Parts: sequence; C-alpha cells; structure tokens
Amino acid sequence: MIRTVLMTSTLLAGLATVAQADTLRLLTWGGYAPDDVVAMFEEQTGHTVEVTKSNNEEMIAKLRATGGGGFDLAQPSQDRIMGPQMEFGIYKPIDTSKLNQDLFIPSMLSATMANTTVAGDVYGVPHVWGTSGLVMNTAMAGDTVKDYTDLCDPALAGKVSYRLKRPTLIGFAFALGEDPFAAYGDEAKYKEIMGKVEAKLTECKANVKTYWGGGDELMNLVRSGEVTASMAWDTGGWKLNDDNADITFVAPASGALGWIDTFVLPAKGQADDAAYDWINFVMQPEIAAKITAAAGNFTASAGADEFAEDSLKAKYQASFPQEAIDNIKWYPPVPAGLEAIEGDVLDRVQAAN
Amino acid sequence: MRSQSRIAFYLLLTPLVLWLGLLIIIPHIDMLLISLRERISFGVYETSLTQYEKALTEPLYLRTFARTAVMSVLATAITLLIAFPVAYYIAKMAKGRLQQVLFMLCLIPFYVSELVRTFGWMILLRETGIISNLLQWTGLADQPVELLYTDATMMVGLVYTSMLFMVVPLVTTLESLDDSVVEAGYDLGGNGLSVLREIIIPHAMPGIVSGCIVVFMLSLGNYLTPTMLGGKDSLWFTEMIYNQFIVRSNWELGAAFGFMLLLLSSVIVWGMLRLTGRTLKETMG
Repeated sequence: MIRTVLMTSTLLAGLATVAQADTLRLLTWGGYAPDDVVAMFEEQTGHTVEVTKSNNEEMIAKLRATGGGGFDLAQPSQDRIMGPQMEFGIYKPIDTSKLNQDLFIPSMLSATMANTTVAGDVYGVPHVWGTSGLVMNTAMAGDTVKDYTDLCDPALAGKVSYRLKRPTLIGFAFALGEDPFAAYGDEAKYKEIMGKVEAKLTECKANVKTYWGGGDELMNLVRSGEVTASMAWDTGGWKLNDDNADITFVAPASGALGWIDTFVLPAKGQADDAAYDWINFVMQPEIAAKITAAAGNFTASAGADEFAEDSLKAKYQASFPQEAIDNIKWYPPVPAGLEAIEGDVLDRVQAAN
Repeated sequence: MRSQSRIAFYLLLTPLVLWLGLLIIIPHIDMLLISLRERISFGVYETSLTQYEKALTEPLYLRTFARTAVMSVLATAITLLIAFPVAYYIAKMAKGRLQQVLFMLCLIPFYVSELVRTFGWMILLRETGIISNLLQWTGLADQPVELLYTDATMMVGLVYTSMLFMVVPLVTTLESLDDSVVEAGYDLGGNGLSVLREIIIPHAMPGIVSGCIVVFMLSLGNYLTPTMLGGKDSLWFTEMIYNQFIVRSNWELGAAFGFMLLLLSSVIVWGMLRLTGRTLKETMG
C-alpha cells in the first residue's frame, strides 16, 4: 500500500514537471544562444531549447509562411516588427508584467517598446544591439576611406565590398548628405533619395569585387586581403582585429547605423512561459556577458558591461569615441511600401553593367 | 478476383495521387492565386494581373529572364559536347574493370553536397586561391589573378554540376548500340564522321534528349552556383524569385516569376522535342 502511494506520488511529481517543462523553439541569430547558455538554462528550468539560426528577412518569411507558427520566440530587429505585424499579424503582444524589467537598460527598453507598439500593444523588447559601418585594413585603405561613399574611390578599385541590401542604401544615403529616416513618411521624397543612391551605387559597381552575402564570406574576403575596405558590422571588424591588428571597425563620418535585435513572440507560439523564462534568464548580467562574448555585441542587459571582456571594451572604445556614439543613426520602424522601392533599386543595381 | 486487383490498383495509385496532389498541384494552385493578387493596403488584396504586367514590362526582369534561358541552353550544349566523348569512351572503348572505375569517377564528386563542390571551385579560383598562386609561381602571371565572379566561371560551375546527369543516360543508350552495326558502317565505306552522324548519334538520340532535358532543367533552376560563382554580375532568375519571396516579402511578384519560369521551361522542353522530332513518350521510356 505504502509502495503504491509512493509510486503514485513520484509518478504525479514526474507528470507535474513534464507539464511545466516545455520545448522552446528559438528563431535567432548565430551567437545569440551559445551552447553553454542553453545548457545552463535547460538545467535550471527543465525546458529544452531548439535553436534555429537565421537572419531578419528569413525570420519574417518563415513566420509569414506559417502565420506565426513553428517557433515560440524570435529575434528580428526592432525596425522589422511594426510593419510585418500590421501586414501579416505574425506576432502576439508581450505581457511585460512577466518580464523582470529591472534587468533591462531603461532607456533602451522604453525606446524599443515604443518602436514596436501596434494598436496599444507592445510586441518587442530589446536584446542585442550593435552598429554597422566600415571595416577596413587601415594599413592599406585607412587614409582613403572615411565614409561609405569613399568606397567608390578609384584608388581602391576591385578591393571593396558591401552587401546589396537595405543597410547599404541607407548608409550611402546618409553619406550623400540626405536623411532617409526623415523621409520614411514621404514616399516621393524617399524615391528621390533612393534615385540618387542608385546612381551612386551603379557608378560604384566597377570598384566592387563582389557583393558579400554572409558574415563568413566577408571575413574570408577581408582576412585574405582580397578586400581592403567593406561595409560591415562592428563585430566583424573586431573579430578580424584579433587576427590582424591592421583591420578594424571604423564608424563612418556620416554616422554608424544602429540596430537593436529584439525578442518577439510569434502569433502561434506554444511555449510562452518558456519564452518569458528564456528572456529573464539571458538578460541576467552574467549570462548577457556570455552572449556578448559569443556574439561580439553588447546587450540591453543593465550591468552586463562589468562582466564583459576588457579587450572587447577596449575595441569598442577605440571604434566609438563619444561623438561617434552620439552620431549613431538608429533605425526607425520601416513603413510598408518602402521596401518595394528599395527592392527595385537593388535589382537595378545588381543588373547594371 | 477482379475486385481484388482493383483494390490493389487503387492502393498503388494512392501514394502517387497524394504526392502529386499535396506536394505539386495544390501548392501550384495556391501560387497561382497569390500571383494573381495585388496589395492595396495592410492585409487588403485585390485580384488583378498587375504582377504579370510588371514582370513583362520591366526591362530588368525580362533581361534576366532571357539571360537565364540563353545561359541554360548554352550550359546544356557545352555539357553535351563534353559528356558525349566521355560517355562514348566509357560505354564502347573501356572494357570490364576500367569501365566501372571510369563510371565511378564520374559519380564520386556527387557524393558530396553541391554546396561543398561549389566551395571547392571557389578555393581553386579565388584571387588568393590555388590556381592564382600556381600561375604566379610558374611566372605566367606577375600578380594575383581573380578568376571568380565572371559569366565564364558560372558556366564552368553549371557544366560541372550537371555533367553526371548527361553522362548516365548517354552511357545507357550507347551501351545498347551493337558494335557490329558500327563495323558494318565502316564496311560499307563510311568514315568516322559519317558513322557518327548516321549511326551513333541517331541511336543515342533518346539519351541525348533526356540528358539535355534534365541538364537544362537543373541549370535553369540552379540557385547556388550562379549566386556563389557569379558574384556581383550574376543575375539568375531563381535568385530574383528568392529575393522577391524572402528579402522583399513580395510573394505576389515572386509567385508570378515562378509561373513564368515554369512556362519557360515547358516551352523550351517542348521546343527541344519538336526540334529533334521526338515525342515525350519515346524520350521518357
């Protein structure tokens, strides 16, 4: 009799933990969910984490294809939340009371929440942030390249690279003295700016070795010396700096472009509690520092700086003097329709001879 | 007895119907419907032919479309020219062990994934790559040579990728050619060229046509090789479809492109069959 009771109670206890432990299907970027962090989280909470690595466009395409299903937590950039939500309804509102808000840097949290609010509901909270600007071999291209448009300098013919994606359009627009973000609401004005950028990029095409597609491709091009200057993320430059002290990230004169990757809940996510657990877990300063070490970028976790490696902090300070930080252009939410204009421009640049 | 065989027939038919219906026909109907709508505003769509109109009036799309078609035909022709002697040697000249070894040699590269093979080409051809270094070492070049990111490189990649699919059908058809027929051709006063023209090629025709169809389809639908080897000037129609779907989130135009590609490949395959005077039935078996 006692044995039966014992067995039943262990069985029940077992069932109870099974009911609480979920599988968290995480759609994220490379480096944002390092193996050791995942292992610690699984041990502490009993949840299982399945990580899928992706990028902004693919994240949204995947969620759109399933109407927001297939994943329980995703990490698109903050400018890609409002538009897709209004258009396709692929996210669900975040219950901010389930988050430990003290873990976030307050200014970053409120800015992201404001940028991702649709019809009064908040859809995103910040996680990792960083910038894109210029990565260059300072020994070979340091004197020439100060801004995005300097990549078109004939002295560097065949030695430069950039992505054929929207950050390039935005960066070139700023370098040409325009303010594309201010024109977000004015389609005619935006078209005009993009027209100028198209002309510049078409003219610049002869200078380009190839358009890079992924981070690793870029790293190979720069590391081998085939490319001496490129548009890239700050972390790419810092990583290369470890191999070759001449290579580093430089904030362009017209301003680096700042992005914030967020946490969002896909509309048909099935493990919201596990998702909230994950957010609260990774925003702890010690854990956030581990993610910074893996991804190379800083997080929105308050107090994580203390745990970050000194070498990374030193590189950050070298690339970003105070005036460069003040000059960072943060991406505002992309209104629908603009990407169609940008798409046409990118297609025409790619096809130009 | 009769009803039993009926049941067996339907049971055997079911997987085929499910396969065709669920994975090919229904998704295509869905794609067709997507391609026929136009976005008005948030979540509001109207039925219209705008996407096709856009695809057919924008010179860029048409140019890419034509370029992809022409390059694919060219890749098919080059593959045939290279694969025919290879297949003839394997099927007719090589005997026993050697035959098997040669056939295996054609097959082995396909044991690794296409991505790895394409990366292999990149390692060989890049500016700091093996061939560039070799040329400098032998003194044939005095500075690093960039061999990647041109149409020619792309063509090499496409031909290499589809070689096997030409060699296999050719070897199969050529093996069935009786040696005595070729000898008879020579006995009747034919020379190498006329025997090739009058006997070998007509006999190998089913293999040539089916090989060409497969290679053409593979080249036309290839995404990886043009993107990786073609670099900044590569513009392949599949890449545009990917861009519309994934990067621009414009499924409507992407779906229209998809249907244009389907139509193009059907027309060219039909044209190929007409040109060679064959029917689809003969070619497929």
